[in-house]
Amino acid sequence: MGRIVSPEAFLNPGDDVAVKKKLADAALNAAKSKGASYADVRIGRYLNQFVITREDKVQNIVNTESYGVGVRVIANGCWGFAAVVDVKSEAQMAKAAEDAVAIAKANAKLMKEPVQLAPQKGFGEVSWKAPIKKNAFEVPVKEKADLLLSVNAAAMANGANYVNSILFLVNEQKYFASTDGSYIDQDVHRIWPIFNITSIDPKSGKFETRNALSAPMGMGYDYLQVNPKDKVTGVTTRYNMGYDMLEDATAGAKQAKEKLTAKSVEAGKYDLILDPSHLWLTIHESVGHPLELDRVLGYEANFAGTSFATLDKWQSKNFQYGSKQVNLIADKLQVGSLGAVGWDDEGVNTKKWDLVKDGVLVNYQAIRDQAHIIGEKESHGCCYADSWSSVQFQRMPNVSLAAGKTPLSVDDMIKDVKKGIYIIGDGSFSIDQQRYNFQFGGQLFYEIKDGKIAGMLKDVAYQSNTQEFWNSCVQVCDDKDYRLGGSFFDGKGQPSQSSAVSHGSSTARFNGVNVINTARKI
Amino acid sequence: MAILTKEEAKKIIDKVLAFSKADEISVGLSGDRSGNIRYARNSVSTSGETTDLSLSVTSVFGKKSGTATINEFDDASLEKTVRRAEEIAQLAPDNPEYMAMLGPQNYQETQTFSESTAAINPNFRAQAAFNSIDPCVKKDLTAAGFLQDSAGFTATGNNKGLFGYNKSTSVDFSITVRTADGKGSGYATRDYNDASKLDTKSATEIAMQKALASANTKALEPGKYTVILEPTAGVDLLQNMMRSMDARNADEGRSFLGKKGGGTRLGEKLFDERVTIYSDPMNLEIPSSSFSGDGRPQEKVAWIENGVVKNMYYSRFWAQKQGVKATPPPSGFIFQGGTESLADLIKGTEKGILVTRFWYIRAVDPQTLLYTGLTRDGTFYIENGQIKYPVKNFRFNESPVIMLNNLEAIGKPVRASGNLIPPLKIRDFTFTSLSDAV
Repeated sequence: MGRIVSPEAFLNPGDDVAVKKKLADAALNAAKSKGASYADVRIGRYLNQFVITREDKVQNIVNTESYGVGVRVIANGCWGFAAVVDVKSEAQMAKAAEDAVAIAKANAKLMKEPVQLAPQKGFGEVSWKAPIKKNAFEVPVKEKADLLLSVNAAAMANGANYVNSILFLVNEQKYFASTDGSYIDQDVHRIWPIFNITSIDPKSGKFETRNALSAPMGMGYDYLQVNPKDKVTGVTTRYNMGYDMLEDATAGAKQAKEKLTAKSVEAGKYDLILDPSHLWLTIHESVGHPLELDRVLGYEANFAGTSFATLDKWQSKNFQYGSKQVNLIADKLQVGSLGAVGWDDEGVNTKKWDLVKDGVLVNYQAIRDQAHIIGEKESHGCCYADSWSSVQFQRMPNVSLAAGKTPLSVDDMIKDVKKGIYIIGDGSFSIDQQRYNFQFGGQLFYEIKDGKIAGMLKDVAYQSNTQEFWNSCVQVCDDKDYRLGGSFFDGKGQPSQSSAVSHGSSTARFNGVNVINTARKI
Repeated sequence: MAILTKEEAKKIIDKVLAFSKADEISVGLSGDRSGNIRYARNSVSTSGETTDLSLSVTSVFGKKSGTATINEFDDASLEKTVRRAEEIAQLAPDNPEYMAMLGPQNYQETQTFSESTAAINPNFRAQAAFNSIDPCVKKDLTAAGFLQDSAGFTATGNNKGLFGYNKSTSVDFSITVRTADGKGSGYATRDYNDASKLDTKSATEIAMQKALASANTKALEPGKYTVILEPTAGVDLLQNMMRSMDARNADEGRSFLGKKGGGTRLGEKLFDERVTIYSDPMNLEIPSSSFSGDGRPQEKVAWIENGVVKNMYYSRFWAQKQGVKATPPPSGFIFQGGTESLADLIKGTEKGILVTRFWYIRAVDPQTLLYTGLTRDGTFYIENGQIKYPVKNFRFNESPVIMLNNLEAIGKPVRASGNLIPPLKIRDFTFTSLSDAV
């Protein structure tokens, strides 16, 4: 996580680009002189702030800073990596590069095939900054704590028994340099306000919870500025590029209470209407992960697993991943998303590409040392490391379901459903190691009977198979309903690394999905 | 230098305490050397080694506290860190739940450190990986594995006279073996404090056997089955249950230990009477530090005894508010078992399913501790005391509380993820759908 610092330390701009370039060159030159055929250097300063509250109490304010350097090389055809904390001198940089070359040479003896790196032109000295309007790290801690306390007070005033709220803030200041001739300076910002409201019925001993309908965003404090144009009204209000936390907590407290007396779902087949605040997680698990090329090839077999989306299915050019309505897009450019950067962590300029087109599997997510396996001449630009001390590897870009091309509102979509459930917000999630069988819960469930919302349900989870599920997609609302969801904590690798990723969609309809009842007695 | 002796650690902590101008100050000092090797497709993919030594200072004025950390140890840096912690404390809001620091405590000496683990070097790791990859290559199987080792120490001290020091080592190994056609997959995992107990070859042989035996599965209808959960399968569900035994959540009515009409289920018989779960930092198979993060001594605690909930864990604040002893959460637990081996349990089963491990376990309902997840890397049908054939993986929806009421038999406990867990035979375990995953 890094060392704990005072919030004022966040306002220190960090080392000048000229200083970083000098340090980077020291490592690149040392690597080359020791026989590396390629080297890259990442000088990273990672800032985090967490403001943690419950009811009327600020429980903790945590400020951390982590600064160091990771050097990666190819020597004798094999990768080597070394990392150093708190780098101050060119000698330390050279030493790290030498260590990385030594590790590469040692590992080369066990290697079966040399690394094939897709060519990448150098970009010279360039920079990218997240297009934030208000740097959250410049907002006084007191203002943030006060916001959360007012959110908690609103929840308590509206019937909550307990409420926890947290504000997560991240700033990655990353400098990348490589022997390809790139010197890339980037400033990445992320924000995630969340709460969890509990409502209790002491008579029955039952309790229900409702989590925030916010999304983690690649934005500044501007995400917390309330703007009516960012609100999607309906059975409950949902949010686009601006989040009204106070309003959501007020509604959340009432809904947690309403859940206590909601009807327990009758198990069976239903048409599901899935809101983007819910569908992002299903996309993440059943599309994002199975199309990671390292999983497909077996590099994650001992941990995250492999994938059903094997190379022969892709090669066939007719593997029907979903129905014709389903277009799934990988995108590292999307403004406000968690995955957006100018260049990835191996100096590749970011882009947008199709994964599933008109229902057919057309591509994977690949980085420089994988591109040749799928016949591509260049990387997709989705390489990432969660720290200067972690080795960069293939990570999921934003993977999103394209909005429907025909104008269609949620109300119009619901009108045609005879027996259905409308699900809002993400809940429990689980999927097998090859990404076939999954089960998802949610935050809010509404029964749809003969085209109308008939009331709230509880104890709902749906189970399906990835290919069957995406082929049951019959409609996707138009782009007026398009919103992002996502997570800061996508885990992969051993030792495990976390990555932040967004998934966008409009509300979509899936027919005849198996719903189970999760109520039990103990 | 990453592993300081007790005396070296105390010297640094005392120096830091002397710089303090706050009402209270506590110092945490820890260091370790850790290394890992990862392989897949029968070839090493990544490996590395890191050392770390860091000091953390918490200063307190009244009910305001602030923390600062550093990894430089000259006097000026140490003093600067104390000043910084004091500045942060002055800026912090009052924490109404702040508890004054503990005075001197008596900690037992636990056997958490092993020289053989501390001596691990890159050659050891490479050899361990080779011993696992080589037998797989010879049988046309594909190995993917990970070995991680660590040797380190933790020391804590404060200006009320508390001091604690613990040195520990650990090694964790896991291996997945898949058949070349991808139809079979097997898994094994081992964890120890003492690396001389680790044999990556024999663990890999079990995973190989499971991979070969699990190819060409038959599909059984989802439903309720008698299962035998290997310790690797049972541990995650049991660990989730043990982590849900927080007293505050139970008192607040938002836990499986909350009760209709208010109050908790402490003292109630909630499980089969053969269920006894306790923790003990002195246990030689799963030794752990004798003090918790906030300095409370870790002692032998019975959590569930003969099916009755005997203890819940408390924060110091909540224990004081409730007027009870502030028992900290344990670092590992022991499920008291019998003498039967896994093979004995299989032999005594007329019809059932053997589960090697579960995967992607997630909470579905915290009220009932209902979890969902899937079987993985070796699921077999048992008939008349024998493994008959491999079956397709299942998704389950089950609560460990229900599971421990449907207990048929308990085998001999073995170490799993830092706990001692017996193989368990459970009736009416709920599988809700089939998975095509291998």
